[in-house]
Amino acid sequence: MGERISREDVRHVAKLARLTVSDEEVDLLTRQLAAVLEHAADVAALDTSGVPPTAHPVPLLNVLRRDEVRASLDREEVLAQAPATEDGRFRVPPILSVEP
Amino acid sequence: MTAVETGAAVRAGRRRARDVVEQHLAEIEAREGDVHAFNLVLAAEARADADEIDRRVDAGEDPGPLAGVPVALKDNLCTRGVPTTCGSRILDGWRPPYDATVVSRLRGAGAVLIGKTNMDEFAMGSSTENSAFGPTRNPHDLTKVPGGSSGGSAAAVAAGMAGVALGSDTGGSIRLPASLCGVVGVKPTYGRVSRYGLVAYASSLDQIGPLAPTVADAAVTLDVIGGHDPADSTSIPEPSPGVSGQLAAGVEGLRVGIVHELTWDADPDVVARVVAAGRALEEAGARVEEEAHVPAAVYGLSAYYLIAPAEASSNLARYDGARYGLRVEGADVNAMYHATRSAGFGPEVKLRIMLGTYALSAGYYDAYYGQAQRVRTLIIRDFAAAYERFDVLLAPTSPSTAFTIGARTQDPLAMYLVDVCTIPANLAGIPAMSVPYGVGDDGLPVGVQVLAPALGERAMFRAAAALEASLG
Repeated sequence: MGERISREDVRHVAKLARLTVSDEEVDLLTRQLAAVLEHAADVAALDTSGVPPTAHPVPLLNVLRRDEVRASLDREEVLAQAPATEDGRFRVPPILSVEP
Repeated sequence: MTAVETGAAVRAGRRRARDVVEQHLAEIEAREGDVHAFNLVLAAEARADADEIDRRVDAGEDPGPLAGVPVALKDNLCTRGVPTTCGSRILDGWRPPYDATVVSRLRGAGAVLIGKTNMDEFAMGSSTENSAFGPTRNPHDLTKVPGGSSGGSAAAVAAGMAGVALGSDTGGSIRLPASLCGVVGVKPTYGRVSRYGLVAYASSLDQIGPLAPTVADAAVTLDVIGGHDPADSTSIPEPSPGVSGQLAAGVEGLRVGIVHELTWDADPDVVARVVAAGRALEEAGARVEEEAHVPAAVYGLSAYYLIAPAEASSNLARYDGARYGLRVEGADVNAMYHATRSAGFGPEVKLRIMLGTYALSAGYYDAYYGQAQRVRTLIIRDFAAAYERFDVLLAPTSPSTAFTIGARTQDPLAMYLVDVCTIPANLAGIPAMSVPYGVGDDGLPVGVQVLAPALGERAMFRAAAALEASLG
């Protein structure tokens, strides 16, 4: 921390998030992210040694159900929502890039 | 006529569900053009459902406590075969293959679904200006925002276009619009209401709850939708909260404190209403102290805007163009992901995905996300300490009354600050509700927030009912 988020950081994070960002968007996001992170500096600077993190406000452990066969969503109805299907499955473009 | 009265009249055969629906559809016809509370009005379906309710009453059956009550659903609640957009282009054309648990329970209680309401995209916003389908306007003043993100639900109830509505509250998204639109809005204890079929924003914070004209209407709705659901593994294994029976119990001896840290920064006219609410509860027999302290609450806003975007960046990874909604084609699957997500998400959603991805990324995880989670523990501890001395707490819901449309859209932080009073309850998982309590200097509604310990909805509703009664 300390150093402000850079345009390069923003481009990298956008790639991680699978977002394509224009130069204008990079400018805007760099400014906005810097402002929010600056506001969060009070939290980042707080001494929390010895304080455990909370991931969940109401801890419920090992919520299981019986291993019984039950009806699930209707396959046809689910596939009807897909942009493209083939042979009862979701169809997507090639996984491996055609580029070398 | 309130929702409780409507339900009773329809059940008893004194009023036809069809007439109730027609009356609300007429209100929609008259006001929806100005307000834009709905993304979809289910006129034909509502008429058919109402006729079925009337047929059952004629046959001597009891449809349930919400018989014939028209209910509006925030558009992030799944309705089988009915478009569910989350206010986003990325879910264009999607018709969920199942109903949310709350939807099934509402139907089971005799309610009639009248439409899907507008919202900030994926519930990310405080004004309902972030919807891909245009903003909702405040029925009390069309130049003002209704609050958000459940602004459509709040406006629909405030304008009489729905008997009650459901919203979702991740950082205040039920309570804030309820406050700004002058209706009752409830965020239950985390886990009280099943999230099955609620499109996820920040899963450790999201909770569904009612928006309603009166405390009794909110109570009956919460009793219908609340209680354990095996379909949600975070659902608390307790029965329905049973708040409807508590409304006449009064507040004699109830220990009430006004939260200093959530009050000092609000506008003076809002603070004046919170102080007046404290006085009213005292006159009704409660023991009121002005100063309750939740010191770590001042870090709530910062912690929330790390935790919620972090969870959102993970939850919204599912919108990839593969299985439902929008797809923008690309040469390979990665190009399709990029093209679909870049075209489908609006600016605020992209900002929060970016913020969350950054906060979770290598080198920053502990400094931001981990630290925010530790602050969350501090807030939980401070509330627990406060509840050793108090049964319920009071605070403003919003630091100000409704602001002008467009006033905060250029500055995300200015918009985030609107949530400052509501966020701590989400971080702590405790119940909180907004009760209309008069107006501010501008004549617009002010909501007073009532907070209670986890599973403390009964005490919270006793206080809310007493506040409502004190207004006469």
